[in-house]
Amino acid sequence: MRGMSEDIILSTSGLTKEFAGFTAVNGVDLKVRRGSIHALIGPNGAGKTTCFNLLTKFLAPTKGSIVYNGQDITRQKPAEIARLGLVRSFQISAVFPQLSVMKNVRIALQRKRGDSFDFWRSEDVLKSLDAEALRLVEAVGLSTFADLPAGELSYGRKRALEIATTLALDPEMLLLDEPMAGMGREDVERIEALIRKVSANRTILMVEHNLSVVASLSDRITVLARGQVLAEGDYATVSKDPRVVEAYIGSGVGHAH
Amino acid sequence: MADALSADVPAGGLAVTETTKGTERLHRAIFIGLAVLVAVAPFVAYPVFVMKVMCFALFALAFNLLLGYGGLLSFGHAAYFGMASYVSAYTAKNWGLTPELAILSGTLIAGLLGAVFGSLAIRRQGIYFAMITLALAQMVFFFSLQTPRFTGGEDGIQSVPRGKLFGLISLADDKALYYVVAVIFMAGLLLIYRIIHSPFGQVCKAIRDNEPRAISLGYRANRYKLAVFVLSAALAGLAGSTKAIVFQLASLTDVHWSMSGEVVLMTLVGGLGTVFGPIVGALVIVSMQNYLASLGAWVTVVQGVIFVICVMLFREGIVGVISRAIKRPL
Repeated sequence: MRGMSEDIILSTSGLTKEFAGFTAVNGVDLKVRRGSIHALIGPNGAGKTTCFNLLTKFLAPTKGSIVYNGQDITRQKPAEIARLGLVRSFQISAVFPQLSVMKNVRIALQRKRGDSFDFWRSEDVLKSLDAEALRLVEAVGLSTFADLPAGELSYGRKRALEIATTLALDPEMLLLDEPMAGMGREDVERIEALIRKVSANRTILMVEHNLSVVASLSDRITVLARGQVLAEGDYATVSKDPRVVEAYIGSGVGHAH
Repeated sequence: MADALSADVPAGGLAVTETTKGTERLHRAIFIGLAVLVAVAPFVAYPVFVMKVMCFALFALAFNLLLGYGGLLSFGHAAYFGMASYVSAYTAKNWGLTPELAILSGTLIAGLLGAVFGSLAIRRQGIYFAMITLALAQMVFFFSLQTPRFTGGEDGIQSVPRGKLFGLISLADDKALYYVVAVIFMAGLLLIYRIIHSPFGQVCKAIRDNEPRAISLGYRANRYKLAVFVLSAALAGLAGSTKAIVFQLASLTDVHWSMSGEVVLMTLVGGLGTVFGPIVGALVIVSMQNYLASLGAWVTVVQGVIFVICVMLFREGIVGVISRAIKRPL
């Protein structure tokens, strides 16, 4: 594998985040290949979520740099990287609770218009987006709820809606923060199929606890422990690594799910 | 997955358009009803009282645009209302501007003030945002107190001429003035309705609901917040400017912090985040102040009791409760 022309879409070097007297992420070098599904795993407190928030610019790194598509995005603002095609999901299901399911998706499609400062225009101009919004709503199995305020959906369905909203942006790269967290078995299978389906022509980096999902979906896995990279490789390699096994058992979490 | 793909899209699509249509029809009916009511009101009620209600209703509508649809709690909206009132009164009295130009000047200055204060306040969120808006509004109050050459200090600007509309139609008569105020009120309401239901309004609602998510979709949230702040300030200014012409008076009461509190009260009593709630809220509060005036200081007590009852029993306000009962946004 190594040495072959590696097309890297996102890389970090020496990425570090210190909170008062505590280093959550410590010198992480990460390389995500274009078109791959890359998983970031590790026991609780390994720094996965901090790492994720650094990549999506919701936190500013103390040291190190982040390069996306050859562009240094270390100091960019979150809205700007979304405009570059790097879009994140949230661990706590992030929907717009008072908007209908369809409008949740449509607000993402609306980004195609550029900025929407036109307060004098009727929202009827957005009607042309309704069909595509409904198509995406359907793709995640929420058609029957299209008209319902998103806040009234069950947890699993909110996650599904969030994925539909993210996909509406047609991002080049998706950052998924524990897409399966808190989901029932049926939902997990559906979202897993959905992620596999949308991974065509896209790069996906995800933080995920559900190791069976990680095993079946990811091309490459990076294991974090105490803020540092512990191991990297495909599932077979990583899962046999004694340091990884020890880190998981040592943390008392074990192979969750 | 196959199941999900075979789900019935047309049905879902139809449901969406039908509800929206029904709501649109209902809102149109309310608008027509309101227009009729406003047109006949001066024949059954005291015109100056109705004009007062309309000015405060517009003020509350502007405030509700910011809090109900932008999710931003300003505790200093008296600054825009009051400053516009001074500008309108000053230009009409000292520069001899026609009423429409005086009102326009007040509105523009309020929008400008909103742009400056808004850009400072939106850097902070929640309670800090509210505190900054309050602090800035207090600065406006002290400025008004300290510049009697402009504001008339404790006396305010009195006997402001109502003037002639476009230099032609005298507004000295209450009825003539009434219809000018009615047009301003209805136009303001329609504009706010349009803002709420525009592509811009959609983004504002998304930011109100979940700001980090809106940002992660690529929306520069702060620019939208500033834009809605400026619109709200300018519309509050429109209300204040008009009020100055109606009562021929601009005074410290208009910039006092209690005015900021009153507009919060009107909006909450009527129904926060409903289109028509602030109008009902303004009607309730202004009526109480007028018809219970004989109770003197007790008005404040009655107001307080009503506020407490509202918060305890109808947290969604009068229109909010109706909206829930008929399952339609109002």
